[in-house]
Amino acid sequence: MSTDTDMPTAPPGVLIPTTSASTGTARTGPVTGSAAAGPPSPPKPRRLPTPIRPGDFGATDITLLAAAALSSLALVWVVFYQLTLLSGGLGFLVCWYLTFLALTWIGMSQVIERQVATDRVVGVLVVSAALLVVGLVVFIVLWVAFKAVPHIHWGSLFTKDQKSLELADPNILNHVGILHAIIGTLEQVLVAALLGVPVAIATAVFLNEVGGRGVKLVRTVVTAMSGTPSVVAGIFIYSMLILTHVLTYSGFAASLALIVILLPSVTRVVEEVLRVVPGGLREAALALGAPQWRTVWSVVLPTARSGVVTAVLLGVARIVGETAPLLFTAFGSQIINVNEFAHPQGALPLAIWVESREANSIAISLAFQAAFVLMSIVLILFVAARIFGRTKGKKSKSAQRQSEDDFMARIFMPIPMEKVGDEQ
Amino acid sequence: MTVEGDTAARHTIGRGESPLGGAGQIDAEGVCAWFGGRLVLELVTLPMDRSKVTALIGPSGCGKSTFLRILNRMHEVVPGAQLAGSVRLDGTDIYGSGQRAVDTRRHIGMVFQKPNPFPAMSIADNVLSGLRFSRVSPANRGDLVEEMLTKAGLWNEVKDRLGELGGALSGGQQQRLCIARSLAVRPRVLLMDEPCSALDPTSTLRIEQTIKEIADEVTVVIVTHNMQQAQRVSDTCAFFLAAENQPGRVIEWGPTDTIFTEPSDQRTADYVNGQFG
Repeated sequence: MSTDTDMPTAPPGVLIPTTSASTGTARTGPVTGSAAAGPPSPPKPRRLPTPIRPGDFGATDITLLAAAALSSLALVWVVFYQLTLLSGGLGFLVCWYLTFLALTWIGMSQVIERQVATDRVVGVLVVSAALLVVGLVVFIVLWVAFKAVPHIHWGSLFTKDQKSLELADPNILNHVGILHAIIGTLEQVLVAALLGVPVAIATAVFLNEVGGRGVKLVRTVVTAMSGTPSVVAGIFIYSMLILTHVLTYSGFAASLALIVILLPSVTRVVEEVLRVVPGGLREAALALGAPQWRTVWSVVLPTARSGVVTAVLLGVARIVGETAPLLFTAFGSQIINVNEFAHPQGALPLAIWVESREANSIAISLAFQAAFVLMSIVLILFVAARIFGRTKGKKSKSAQRQSEDDFMARIFMPIPMEKVGDEQ
Repeated sequence: MTVEGDTAARHTIGRGESPLGGAGQIDAEGVCAWFGGRLVLELVTLPMDRSKVTALIGPSGCGKSTFLRILNRMHEVVPGAQLAGSVRLDGTDIYGSGQRAVDTRRHIGMVFQKPNPFPAMSIADNVLSGLRFSRVSPANRGDLVEEMLTKAGLWNEVKDRLGELGGALSGGQQQRLCIARSLAVRPRVLLMDEPCSALDPTSTLRIEQTIKEIADEVTVVIVTHNMQQAQRVSDTCAFFLAAENQPGRVIEWGPTDTIFTEPSDQRTADYVNGQFG
């Protein structure tokens, strides 16, 4: 850089001697080149009137947002409740939010400039959408926990069924629990997963690794299956197996109905996960003399391991909460029935459904407790996804940290394979 | 039809030992290849001598890689790929009626352009993966891993972290791991498809050194776009060329010195001197 022949027009220190100063770097002010010996003096970067990048969120923006929020609240309150005869909380909130957006834009475009104003308003939209989603989840969890936890009798909830449910008894919560439903749900879901997951993975392997003429048909059927309403799955098992006396009302019939739900969702996700396994790995295994089944078993599936585990646990988390398929199959019961293959069996979603319809605060409280337990089971499954979804073997520390960082992304967007090929 | 020698070889490989005592001679005769009905390679006849390094050079799209993949039956993995002609490994046609592709590939290993260690396996498991695929458990895994990694020039860099995942290595190290993995099944021929094209000069030199060191035990066939590399590592050189809308052919082959200093065909001279390609 220091030689004159190198860049005669650019003295050291001035990187962009062009006229336009449209980038954010220009805000650092004019550079005083110590050795500015070049004949044309370098053009001074224009100092931008306002920051444009979203990262430059400063005091002005906060003040403006707060002002817009307050003034829109006042304005909408006057118009909504005083000048017109409108009412209702939701409508008020929506109007407030829209007015807030409008005022934000107007304020920003007056104080800063229009381009920045548009940028900020879009930013507010995006952030509030994210907050809405997070808020909903947090609200549901906290609300159920709030309703359930204070009333839980830890000694009985997990140890007793509802054989002796006498709603008139004030101490009834000491004598009843939801053990029958927990046992039922665990058995039904476990059997459904044990039978359904291998079939789902095999189907995904067929779709992605084996191929052939049937692929299109199978993929169409799987897609159509994933659109099946879950109540139809229940009715299907009911009419095909229970009405025909092949099975009685039982947990196993419920498992079969749950498989109908589980199969397509797991199959599709596993197929996507297998698809992003780099083809070079398959070729490498084949070139080492591995038969195709070996390639799939020893290379493709282990490489996609975390994605497959995530797919399976998401599928299981999905069926844990299904109610409709159980109505005609497990049928529900208030007593413990550990036999999956005979007699009606309880289940957590059924317990929630039945008890929340009772006109009795104790029953409703029991429903909330069951919901709380169900949500805890799902949470445990998600944590299990994290623990078992990890690729085995030691990783370098940075890779380890990375994998923990995008854990949430892995759960909700379970296609982590892109990085596998060039993970370093 | 399985030739007796091959059966014996298959059995020896089953014991994890070197078949026929090392490097093999591979001869291609009248090889043609098609992709979806389009002829891409025409009548290639090329002997690749035992314990020698043969370089396949030529511009892109002239069928070098296709030819290489034909040599260990990876060509047929591609849908719509067809071929004609014969390839003989120590006299046995690998496309003979009784031959299984899986066995052929154990004798004729391959290293790919892009390093592709198995990311779900540790470094040591990567080295042993070929044996695991063949259901062979070597007598002393540790020794074998050390021997192969040493051959591939990687041992000193990874000896303290054999349990780490293969993907944790740098690109050049990954490629050497792939070479070690290919060598662990003790192939008679090692095919290399532009093994250094994704690597930096230092790693490239390291791999070239490895190639020279292993050439005693295994015949090497290497595709390269790098003329200097071909000159440095190869004993024999074959120049492939495809005229426009024509299938690729071998224009000339012979000792590397001859090809680079006094080629008999003007096109070869132009190519090796950087006139085109």
